[in-house]
Amino acid sequence: MITLFGMLVVVMGFALRANPLLVVVAGGLTTGVAAGFSFNEVVAMIGQFFTDNRALMLPIIFMVPIVGVLERHGLQERVAMLIRRATAATAGRVLWGYQLLRGFTSMFGLSIGNHAAMVRPLIAPMAEGAELVRPGTPSPQSRDEIRAHAAAAENVGNFFSDDIFVAVGALLLIKAFFDNAGVAVALSDLKLWSLPTALWVVLVGWWRYRRLDARLKKTGAEAKERAP
Amino acid sequence: MTLLTLDLFLVGCGVVLAAVGALIAWDTTHPQRWGSAIFWLLLAVAVGLGKWLPPIAVGYAVLGLTSLVATKRVGAPQFARGDSAELTKRAEVLGNRLLWPVLWVPVVAIVGGAGLDWVKFGDVSLVNPKQVAQIALGLGCIIGLATALRTTGERPLAAAREGGRLLQLLSWSLILPAMLAALGGIMAKAGVGGVIAGLVATALPVQFPLVAVVAYCGGMVLFTVLLGNAFAAFPVMTLGVGLPFIVQVHGGDPAVMGALGMLSGYCGTLVTPMAANFNIVPARLLELKDNYAVIKAQVPFAGAIWLFNVGVMYGCVY
Repeated sequence: MITLFGMLVVVMGFALRANPLLVVVAGGLTTGVAAGFSFNEVVAMIGQFFTDNRALMLPIIFMVPIVGVLERHGLQERVAMLIRRATAATAGRVLWGYQLLRGFTSMFGLSIGNHAAMVRPLIAPMAEGAELVRPGTPSPQSRDEIRAHAAAAENVGNFFSDDIFVAVGALLLIKAFFDNAGVAVALSDLKLWSLPTALWVVLVGWWRYRRLDARLKKTGAEAKERAP
Repeated sequence: MTLLTLDLFLVGCGVVLAAVGALIAWDTTHPQRWGSAIFWLLLAVAVGLGKWLPPIAVGYAVLGLTSLVATKRVGAPQFARGDSAELTKRAEVLGNRLLWPVLWVPVVAIVGGAGLDWVKFGDVSLVNPKQVAQIALGLGCIIGLATALRTTGERPLAAAREGGRLLQLLSWSLILPAMLAALGGIMAKAGVGGVIAGLVATALPVQFPLVAVVAYCGGMVLFTVLLGNAFAAFPVMTLGVGLPFIVQVHGGDPAVMGALGMLSGYCGTLVTPMAANFNIVPARLLELKDNYAVIKAQVPFAGAIWLFNVGVMYGCVY
């Protein structure tokens, strides 16, 4: 039971809104020490895991210089300008379209982007740009809401359509796990049973982005009324 | 032997981070000049040279980074957003040429990811097949950056300055994903998973088929929320609840269970701050006031998708 003490530190830390990095490091140290390792052993483990996983930072560190330089020359403004020409575009329709494209390509095991490479430079400016054509330019609050949903479109598109035609990740991991556990499972069955949820998230997305558009329209109309 | 290794690209990351740190140390107007400079330089060493340093040295470097963050010594200056009219004018000058560098990245990443591991010169291969996706992405970024600098006529120093602007917005959230992997690894070594799976199995009447399905899918969410990773939750819950109860006691189909179980775990990924690279990093990167804004937008998604998964699993697994 004492091994769960580190988990408690993590839950308490997040509940108290402490800095997430501090919470996670404290949780790791507590878990390791509670399990009977010495402090230095746990620090060495942290170092080893950090080194093994530091490639997680590579896509961001390599992408931000490109995005940063282009933003100084008006990338976001250009993207917003392009989407404004499409008068039927709304933030919600843009995001639904991106979620579909992201999901469809991920069915083939392809990743067309992530938050640093697609959402910040292209998708969020497109969604915001679509709102600028309509009455009441987005308030800071609406702008944050559009951006949060842009990040959601990336995540939902990414997670729920994995590997359905070409398996490169999650389904291979499931298959490998069952193989190790001595349970016979066919990869084609795993693909088949992933399909219903992939179709369902398209509907859920349609619902959520329609709600987003409705809220934006309402706050936009209110802002217009208040204006002289 | 391989020519391009992931370690080479990580040394490149170290160089970028060191340039960011050096620019901060140079900047006399930076509000938290020394704390921030030390943070980025120390991170540059840990990322660039981590493989050649003893793990305990990297571990203490990480603790150093954490204490700089915890004592609020790392910060970013107020970056001017730039005059909107001026930026619009600049955007008109370059037009769609601004988009190409960003689009080159996924194109090179996908084409390279599919083909680079076939390139061989005698015994020397270009890349290790296991690393090919990340290396193709790294190459895509290098090509994208070269195109961006050519298009805009900026010097490489500008890339470090503008990259540093965005990295400082990310700050501590940049290293959070690697640290969560460390936490997950330590929990696995401490045997946390088995303890929790045992608790679930004793606390709930899993002899009922519906309870077993709900306990399994709910456990996937709970565990993913706590560990931040559905891949980490999957073996724990499947060994602890899925295989013994759904498959062995009730005769369920493991393929249905496995596919929908993992998809239930992803619903947990949508709602947990522990999945930092999906939920917290983008909130920082998009400059949202609330670090939890992305999670709040995703809660209704997660609820609707999870209920569907449970329904399909209960309807089809037995």
